[in-house]
Amino acid sequence: MALITPNRALIAFMLAVAMVPLFAAQFTVTLVNYIGLSALVALGLVLLTGIGGLTSFGQAAFVGLGAYTTAYLTTRHGISPWGTLIVGMAVTTAVSLALGFITLRLSGHFLPLGTIAWGISLYFLFGNMEVLGGHGGIDSIPPVDLFGLELGSSRAFFYVIWATLLAAIVTTRNMLDSREGRAMRSLRSMTMTEAMGINTLRYRMVLFMLAAQFACVSGWLYAHLQRFVNPTPFSLGHGIEYLFMAVLGGAGAVWGAVFGAGAVTFLKEWLQDLLPKLLGASGNFEMVVFGLLTIAVLHRARDGMWPILMRAFGNLAPQRAQTGSVEPALPLPRRDPQPHGSEVLQVVNVTKRFGGLVANDRMNLTVRAGEVMALIGPNGAGKSTLFNCISGVNPPSEGEIRFMGQRIDALGSREIARLGMSRSFQHVRLNADMTVLENAALGAHLRGRKNFVQSAWRLDREEERRLLWEAAHQLERCGLGEHLFDAAGSLPLGKQRIVEIARALCSDPTLLLLDEPAAGLRHLEKQALAELLSKLRGEGMAILLVEHDMDFVMSLADRVVVMEFGEHLAEGLPQEIQTNPKVLEAYLGGVEA
Amino acid sequence: MRCDGTAAPRTPAGIGVNASIALILVQDGVTNGAIYALLSLALVLVFAVTRVIFIPQGEFVAYGALSMAAVTAGFLPPTMWLVVTLGIAVALVDSVAALREGAAARLPMIILKNAVLPVLALLAVRYLPLKTLAYPLQIAVALLFVVPLGPQIYRLAFQPVAEATVLLLLIVSVAVHFVLLGLGLYFFGAEGGRTPAFTDGGFNLGASYIQFQTLWIVGIAAVLIAGLALFFEHSIYGKALRATAINRTGARLMGISADLAGKLCFTLAALVGAFSGILIAPITTIYYDTGFLIGLKGFVGAIVGGLASYPLAAAGAILVGLLESYSSFYASAYKEVIVFTLIIPVLLWRSLTTHQVDDEEH
Repeated sequence: MALITPNRALIAFMLAVAMVPLFAAQFTVTLVNYIGLSALVALGLVLLTGIGGLTSFGQAAFVGLGAYTTAYLTTRHGISPWGTLIVGMAVTTAVSLALGFITLRLSGHFLPLGTIAWGISLYFLFGNMEVLGGHGGIDSIPPVDLFGLELGSSRAFFYVIWATLLAAIVTTRNMLDSREGRAMRSLRSMTMTEAMGINTLRYRMVLFMLAAQFACVSGWLYAHLQRFVNPTPFSLGHGIEYLFMAVLGGAGAVWGAVFGAGAVTFLKEWLQDLLPKLLGASGNFEMVVFGLLTIAVLHRARDGMWPILMRAFGNLAPQRAQTGSVEPALPLPRRDPQPHGSEVLQVVNVTKRFGGLVANDRMNLTVRAGEVMALIGPNGAGKSTLFNCISGVNPPSEGEIRFMGQRIDALGSREIARLGMSRSFQHVRLNADMTVLENAALGAHLRGRKNFVQSAWRLDREEERRLLWEAAHQLERCGLGEHLFDAAGSLPLGKQRIVEIARALCSDPTLLLLDEPAAGLRHLEKQALAELLSKLRGEGMAILLVEHDMDFVMSLADRVVVMEFGEHLAEGLPQEIQTNPKVLEAYLGGVEA
Repeated sequence: MRCDGTAAPRTPAGIGVNASIALILVQDGVTNGAIYALLSLALVLVFAVTRVIFIPQGEFVAYGALSMAAVTAGFLPPTMWLVVTLGIAVALVDSVAALREGAAARLPMIILKNAVLPVLALLAVRYLPLKTLAYPLQIAVALLFVVPLGPQIYRLAFQPVAEATVLLLLIVSVAVHFVLLGLGLYFFGAEGGRTPAFTDGGFNLGASYIQFQTLWIVGIAAVLIAGLALFFEHSIYGKALRATAINRTGARLMGISADLAGKLCFTLAALVGAFSGILIAPITTIYYDTGFLIGLKGFVGAIVGGLASYPLAAAGAILVGLLESYSSFYASAYKEVIVFTLIIPVLLWRSLTTHQVDDEEH
């Protein structure tokens, strides 16, 4: 056993922090207080940037919102700081949701641009509103009162700040290690995540809102620590500095935020002292250094300094995912099965145009419960396009698609997934950093109910066990039982395809769409896959697959549809297709010509 | 630019604003708007070709204006040391890359072009009587030591991560802004700079007085915009940039170097930025950090155009200029708030009319 374990390192760190107010000089206490406040904001940016693939330069404005709300309400209206905290968070929720509503539907760079504008506007607003004291600010903010104990000194307040930060870190880690967290961690791959029935817009909103809340709480703490606020610390420049903390520390890990905040705060203090002496001139030289450091980190170590530090200290990084075993749990409820032979999917005269190109031209096909339907055709025949039409990834230009009797050609992939259709992708779309188990569990997303607040406080554990048990069960079925805790990106490509199938199965689908599932598999693996699919068919599942391996298709499929140039070329039993002259011509080039 | 008195807005006190004030506001707004339009065009260009949201654009405005102020006062632009340093850095980075590819024969050219040339330029300019030089030559000297920063910054900060996500490029962009802002304070100090006008004086038009500099700004902006249009339509480099903007991979397959396209559009952006600075320095005092807000207003214009349309961006920029001049008259304390809040309805409208985009396949 290693002498240093993640938990022991954490406890040692926390003890060291707890000692600071008892023994350190006032200057150090103040500095460590500021680190705690900044780390809270940076933690929000870790969620937004590292997890969600979004970013914000306007976090300082949210800090200001929290600080000014409490400063104004406590001094002018005599409301207790605890009441103003709630008001501040409510205001922050409203503002962040409004900003998110405006920018998050657009491509990713509009949120940061929107936050720049928001950061500047709010800064000038603080400085120009007379009720907020203008550039002079507001003073005489009362201290926080905790169970009759007045926390007036910065040494006493120290514990409030660090306890808040610790609580934020623990709840954030809990949240990320849950059904909702898996969805958040998959947001960068929007097409796949939506196809799992996950509303990506909602999760981006939640992440932005949470990041804003962390900043707001940090502002509230700041106001009651300083007992004075003015606009300066809430400028856009400070917003950018928070982002540098997250990026330099490592936006992929919650502790990266703490490390980044600590490193930047100490470095700034040191550089502000050192550089002017060194250069013999006054100026904001630390800005230049932070800018250059950030560029260097983004060039050389995009995950920031924290992972490098962890490797240097021999793998201390706290494991986010569980290792070891999956606890048995009650199986999840299942959908009502469709009667064998009933028509599950009807594609009627579907046409898909991309500008002038007709990728699908009046395609027709049906799939029944308890059968494997194979869709074959030469490369470029339009098979994947048809898959995208059916699954709602890229809806058809014309025609009708019915799934269990319901029109779905105008629905998005999310709604279609909810109805009981699940798919794999031709180009594997897994979250390479999550474990195989977590990737599969993403497929079961719609079978859980608990939200991010419940998971942050670990009120989701029963449901979580059932989801993971289901994922483990489906992975076992697919022959991946020994890889549950491997990073999905570490598997060979063929096995990654099987993970996609297991993920699709986790949603308990009525219809399974598989895009080239056997590509990259070895002979024995193909046999195992064929057995699995036959078994699923026996259970009444409808399966539509695109595949180029003819031995695999002909031995497994009940019926085959052939496409060429986007059109329906032939349809029938495997034996009929194998001898169909039109099909032979399409595949082998004109036999009789 | 005629404005009839009947439609004149009213002040909060209820006094009708006469035509001459309205005309002054329009003149102000169009002048600033022309500058914002130039900047927004450069921003759209840089974004379309490299996917970089070029936040440091404003620093080029400040560098251009303050270098011009230095030259007209008889000093060498302090940015020359940065040009020389970055030139040497580019030479080093390019040499290492050439050696790795086993193309040692390219070394002399790389060193000559990037490191020796700036030093030679520096030596040549040193002995010029800057203060008494003709005005156009003073402009040339000021530009000579600001514009090369554009391609140098592209080479050092952006080219190594050219394939990264828009988000990462944006963070790099903000980091570059920080660096240039900090250096700006070091080079130029906290005091602002102002330069002599291209042509002093002005003339009376009806009830109002129009400065010649205003005409210069609007005229030159129009000429530059037309020049850029001609460049894109007719020159081979302009066509290469357009091709890269439409499809990077496709353009590369046609033999258009993405690196060259990147450097070229950063050069254009730096030129447009620095020249904008030189244009407005006679009418506004420019400080080392003024450029940032000016650049961001160009952004608001560019966002109106969805970061994609040149004419819409230019129109948006003029709108920003007008909004700014009117709000500085009616609610000067809230001028910036009003201007930056403009993007909220624009974004809202865009958000309601645009489909979601998968960032994965940028």
